[in-house]
Amino acid sequence: MELWFSDYHTDKVKVSVKVEKQLFGETTDFQRIDVFDSTEFGRFLSSDGSIVFSEKDEFVYDEMIVHVPMAVHPHVKNVLVIGGGDGGVARELAWYDEIERIDVVEPDRVFVEACRQFFPDNACGLDDPRVNIYYEDGLRFLRSRHGEYDLIINDAIDPLGHTAGLFTKEFYGNCYRALGEDGIMVYQHGSPFYDEDEESCRVMHRKASHSFPISRVYQAHIPTCSSGYWLFGFASKKYHPLTDLDAKRWNDRNIRTWYYTTNLHRGAFMLPRYVEDMLEEEEGRKR
Amino acid sequence: MENMDRRRQPQNPQMRAPVYEALEKLKKRRVVPFDVPGHKRGRGNPELVELLGEKCVSLDVNSMKPLDNLCHPVSVIREAEELAAEAFRAEHAFFMVGGTTSSVQSMVLSVCRAGDRIILPRNVHKSVINALVLCGAVPVYVNPEVDKKLGISLGMKVSEVERAILDNPGAVAVLVNNPTYYGICSDLRSIVKLAHEHNMLVLVDEAHGTHLYFGENLPVCAMDAGADMASVSMHKSGGSLTQSSLLLTGKRVNWEYVSQIINLTQTTSASYLLISSLDISRRNLALRGKESFAKVGRMAEYAREEINQIGGYYAYGKDLINGGSIYDFDVTKLSVYTRDIGLAGIEVYDLLRDEYDIQIELGDIANILAYISIGDRIQDIERLVGALADIKRLYSQDPTQMLNTEYINPTVLVSPQAAFYAEKKCVPIRESAGKICSEFVMCYPPGIPILAPGEMITEQIIEYIIYAKEKGCSMQGTEDPEVEYLNVLSDERQVWK
Repeated sequence: MELWFSDYHTDKVKVSVKVEKQLFGETTDFQRIDVFDSTEFGRFLSSDGSIVFSEKDEFVYDEMIVHVPMAVHPHVKNVLVIGGGDGGVARELAWYDEIERIDVVEPDRVFVEACRQFFPDNACGLDDPRVNIYYEDGLRFLRSRHGEYDLIINDAIDPLGHTAGLFTKEFYGNCYRALGEDGIMVYQHGSPFYDEDEESCRVMHRKASHSFPISRVYQAHIPTCSSGYWLFGFASKKYHPLTDLDAKRWNDRNIRTWYYTTNLHRGAFMLPRYVEDMLEEEEGRKR
Repeated sequence: MENMDRRRQPQNPQMRAPVYEALEKLKKRRVVPFDVPGHKRGRGNPELVELLGEKCVSLDVNSMKPLDNLCHPVSVIREAEELAAEAFRAEHAFFMVGGTTSSVQSMVLSVCRAGDRIILPRNVHKSVINALVLCGAVPVYVNPEVDKKLGISLGMKVSEVERAILDNPGAVAVLVNNPTYYGICSDLRSIVKLAHEHNMLVLVDEAHGTHLYFGENLPVCAMDAGADMASVSMHKSGGSLTQSSLLLTGKRVNWEYVSQIINLTQTTSASYLLISSLDISRRNLALRGKESFAKVGRMAEYAREEINQIGGYYAYGKDLINGGSIYDFDVTKLSVYTRDIGLAGIEVYDLLRDEYDIQIELGDIANILAYISIGDRIQDIERLVGALADIKRLYSQDPTQMLNTEYINPTVLVSPQAAFYAEKKCVPIRESAGKICSEFVMCYPPGIPILAPGEMITEQIIEYIIYAKEKGCSMQGTEDPEVEYLNVLSDERQVWK
């Protein structure tokens, strides 16, 4: 048998993964969810035909979106994760004893159930007693929150699909309001490489840099993402991701990671010239 | 063969779509076109095919025997119109391809001749007054009450209509908006009864009311209320293509005469894209309209509750109903009063588009209107509510600086037709008070005239126009695109009273 899953990175570029078996397929109120087993990437989950994460490379993403802000902010107690129903982000957060509350807001109950069934190594993060799951729209949840969180992680990945509302100015604005006075928000910044992704990447930086006093971008290599090159946004009211990095404190925690190190932390903010130019152009743009 | 075909006919006639079926059939025959349109199913214009898609351009065909002719329907279009009439509980339905403007104008031209009087509220769409310019009929305005706070025109009170009828016993018809752009309905059943008692016809502008024919717990629709003609914007809440519309007639109207009126101005090359979209949308509404509009109503109610919780905004609904000028309210309309956060509706409208990538239907001096329809999803509603919350956080101002809007009762001194064709001169807007306007001035949307041809210009009106311009309203209707100058009658002896 030969069965290939194709993920369209643009309408003229696709990446195909040889599939051993399809384990799950369901159309929910929000998206089409499929789960496959493959030899190369292990088990992976797709939303509307696009890979969301795979066993082989999810560690990159989950580590980078959690440990970067956690190595900067000196006292994180309350964390909000928007999206993140797979539990991978919560699992990484669970390393930190000083965190008191992890609110996970995920509108799609079926997504969480599928992850619990097929990705127990991620979903175990949701079983931490500090985790509260809210099955709600992220924007709606944020509207009633004021100054409650030290860290907000926006785990939604698709600025054009059903999570489009989490890449908007109103989202960044509502996050700003929901954060405490030294709060940090990190978010998926997409891939800058293909033309059709570039514009949404630009727009995101424009919106974040107009909403937060500090707004930097960092990078990682994630093979299942578009072009394999992925950016994250670091938007902050007070702490700078490099000058406020406390490497010693983080290293003393002895957290076992496979991608993140405090050396890589510094390197991740050193961007290619074409990305730097693009971001600077957006920062200079009139409001 | 024939028997088999008959057995395949669906039980419910509303499941049929005759024009759509005829187009499908024609496609299968692969007819070689030696007729217009000259793009020949797109082959002669590849860029157009790239833009619109092969399927779309292949449907752009000319009238021919298998497809009937909109100017004189005898087969598939006729059947489709009959199905539409049944679905909308009318005696007859006309497919219209010139927008609801053409439906409204055909209604007026069907009942009014030069010098006839027609009773109507002042917050009519400009297409109504344009029809008066064309036919020379004279408007008798019923003062729609204005909500002082919201600054919007309401419905007509039955007692006000009665007074207009008694003052103008020779008037030929009463025209009613059902509902207004903002969702407000008059007591249509009583107005129909009253008008019929005085031998007047009732014409209803239902540009914003397609869904009233199919939803539950919504205000009464024109045909159910016994009205004589109604213009229904299928392309608004009905889901058909822009520019397609329906004109419905009741028992008292000679539809063959209406057909002649329509053909005075209607194109002889009606687009089958528009016609088939009407056919398919009618089928969709007849089969699924009830549940679709229940969902629309629920989404709008949810949005209202959430917006009112933000504070500072007032998303109004059935709470406005007062039994008179607001006899009923269409809950699918999401109108929001914005002035308490110190922003004009038009300012919020611009912020939503420029800063939040959200395009809403309209913003006026004090309100915004978001159009909720069968195409909306709850996550988009969340974006709208989230953006309004963020606008309040970032942009709200002291509300005391804002101009109070009030209904400006027009003084009609010359018939719209006489004023439109009269000798005129151009004067700076600030110097135009006391003169008679010969053109329209309106904000678009909503396209309701601030001044219409034949009306007296006052200081109050000038102040309103300048304020609306400053706030960023798109002004239309005047010869001068900047609305710095107005055309006025040069010879004021033309005034008839």
